[in-house]
Amino acid sequence: MKICCLVKEVPDAAVQKRIDPDSKRLDRSGEKNLNPFDTHGIEAAMQIREGGAVEVDEIVAVTMGPSSAVRALHKAVALGADRSVHLSDDALAGSDVCATGLALAKVLESESPDLVLLGQQSDDGECYVMGAVIADHLKMPSLTQVIKIDVDGEAISCERQAEYGYDTVEIDLPAVISVGDAINEPRYPSLKAIMGAKKKPLDTKAIGDVGIEANQVGAEGSKTQVLGMNPPEEKAGGEIIEDEDTNETVEKIVAWLDERKLV
Amino acid sequence: MAGILVYALHDGEGNFNKNALGAISEAAKLAGEVGGEAAAVVVGYDGDDAGEKLGAYGAAKVYRAKDVPEGLAQPIVDVMTKVISENGFSYALFGGGLLGFEIGAGLTARLNAGVTMEVTDVEARDGKLVALRPILQDSAIVDVAYVGEPGIIIGRLNAFDPVESGSGAAEVIDLDVELSEFSTKARMVTRGEQRGGDVNIEDADVLVGGGRGLGEKDNFKLAEELAEAMGGAVAATRAVVDAGWYPYATQIGQTGKTVAPKLYLAAGISGAIQHKVGMQNSENILAINKDPNAPIFEFCDLGVVGDLHKIVPKLTEAIKAKKGG
Ligand SMILES: Cc1cc2nc3c(=O)[nH]c(=O)nc-3n(C[C@H](O)[C@H](O)[C@H](O)COP(=O)(O)OP(=O)(O)OC[C@H]3O[C@@H](n4cnc5c(N)ncnc54)[C@H](O)[C@@H]3O)c2cc1C
Repeated sequence: MKICCLVKEVPDAAVQKRIDPDSKRLDRSGEKNLNPFDTHGIEAAMQIREGGAVEVDEIVAVTMGPSSAVRALHKAVALGADRSVHLSDDALAGSDVCATGLALAKVLESESPDLVLLGQQSDDGECYVMGAVIADHLKMPSLTQVIKIDVDGEAISCERQAEYGYDTVEIDLPAVISVGDAINEPRYPSLKAIMGAKKKPLDTKAIGDVGIEANQVGAEGSKTQVLGMNPPEEKAGGEIIEDEDTNETVEKIVAWLDERKLV
Repeated sequence: MAGILVYALHDGEGNFNKNALGAISEAAKLAGEVGGEAAAVVVGYDGDDAGEKLGAYGAAKVYRAKDVPEGLAQPIVDVMTKVISENGFSYALFGGGLLGFEIGAGLTARLNAGVTMEVTDVEARDGKLVALRPILQDSAIVDVAYVGEPGIIIGRLNAFDPVESGSGAAEVIDLDVELSEFSTKARMVTRGEQRGGDVNIEDADVLVGGGRGLGEKDNFKLAEELAEAMGGAVAATRAVVDAGWYPYATQIGQTGKTVAPKLYLAAGISGAIQHKVGMQNSENILAINKDPNAPIFEFCDLGVVGDLHKIVPKLTEAIKAKKGG
């Protein structure tokens, strides 16, 4: 079985995110990291490999992004992927969800995986949709926000919470599954794995290598257009206290509760 | 025909989802502006009342595929693709929720269409729809227009209110849809299973909600002790329920329960919209969170910025002392 894990380089959670007012795109300068949700995808792949129910021949990390995105691939390899593929091309800049999904699907097509795993969302905002976009392009079944995977040969059984409670869904492979962060506890990479990551094979591909036409991606291939950006309406929040002296804080809370006859 | 097509999610027993009804209401409001009407797609439902139930919220037509199963996205993408390609809708609109994301995403790929998610408002400008989407933890709102048709709009939870428009029953059109081969490769084994027994959190006057900020499963005893001191019960976020720290029966929110106690004390809860929808009607909301930018501080009545591990045990003691004294 061959598993492809999609990964993405995102601004570090600790960095204040901002929009570049000129390009109206996320300002991507500043500290970057591997999207935390994707580490759960890699861990899920590792657990399938170690679980022994199926033979996992290869785990391949795949990303699309500027040259700096190789760092996300190195991290993915340090976490267990055997090799990685980087789709990098100037023509991709400014791709919206539709164009990004198509581009990633084309890269995956060239790998013919049995299972594609990815995080259910990226820290910088592509909410919950990428797995389902890619699956439709690949004509594979898919499920998102999965918190449990059982692999059994040709099919996998997945669980997730949907609108009315827990769903259990059986899916034939090949399939695209996006996972939630409750699915597992990603391991820490060993020092040896971190050191060795740069030596593992990394394929860099341009759009032409995977059959993408320049007009299918980037701003030209995008089907949405950002017209403008505005600050949100001011909201009146409640009273806020900072905890400096906990005894005092607790007194204030109790007084507040008391006033409302809640204690 | 132009117009706006909405997916009408239901629970399998004829109860349509509130967010889906909200989306239909919104579509009905906007349809005239883009030329055309609001229509709904329903699968896996053969009740005679679909036309009445959805017409009441402004759907003019209901496209129904009785034999297609509800609950999995890809078969529904097949149905919506057929309806759109045969009738030429300009927009597809989804109410907030997991299935809306999946179906909207599938349609995006299938129709090579633009998509916007987490949309909080939709405006008609010059006969076209513009979606308003908050980004970067709601610090900015972008206005998004669509290039070509259809445009796909996925709402945020509760973005659109269900409004009974007083319209009559919608015309129901039954469809036979041949599913794509890959759409049949996922099979629902069980849908909507309730787990974790019959804990009753709906009746409690005081609820202590525990989130991931508690740090680990064992720390729920902090929430339990506080709840006990206050004569209340413990509730949880999905993040901790998914992680197996607390039973599903105590989960508050979109995919959990809706509560309205006298006091909701949120300990280590960020206040994500999916959680908020389940507890926002509490009479008093008190939040303890160490991140001053946590969304919960925007809608609580009293916000305490600090470490719950320091505050909660002392608060429990203080309440016990007060009650004892
Ligand atoms: C389709 C869908 C449906 C969903 N349904 C639900 C639902 O029904 N209910 C629900 O709750 N969620 C639901 N979610 C998930 C929701 O989006 C959030 O992920 C979830 O509510 C977050 O839970 P949390 O606040 O416990 O965790 P986090 O978002 O991780 O927040 C933890 C908070 O604890 C704070 N914290 C950490 N340490 C401390 C400390 N020592 N002291 C004080 N504060 C601390 C942090 O600052 C943070 O704000 C759903 C999501 C989707 C996509």
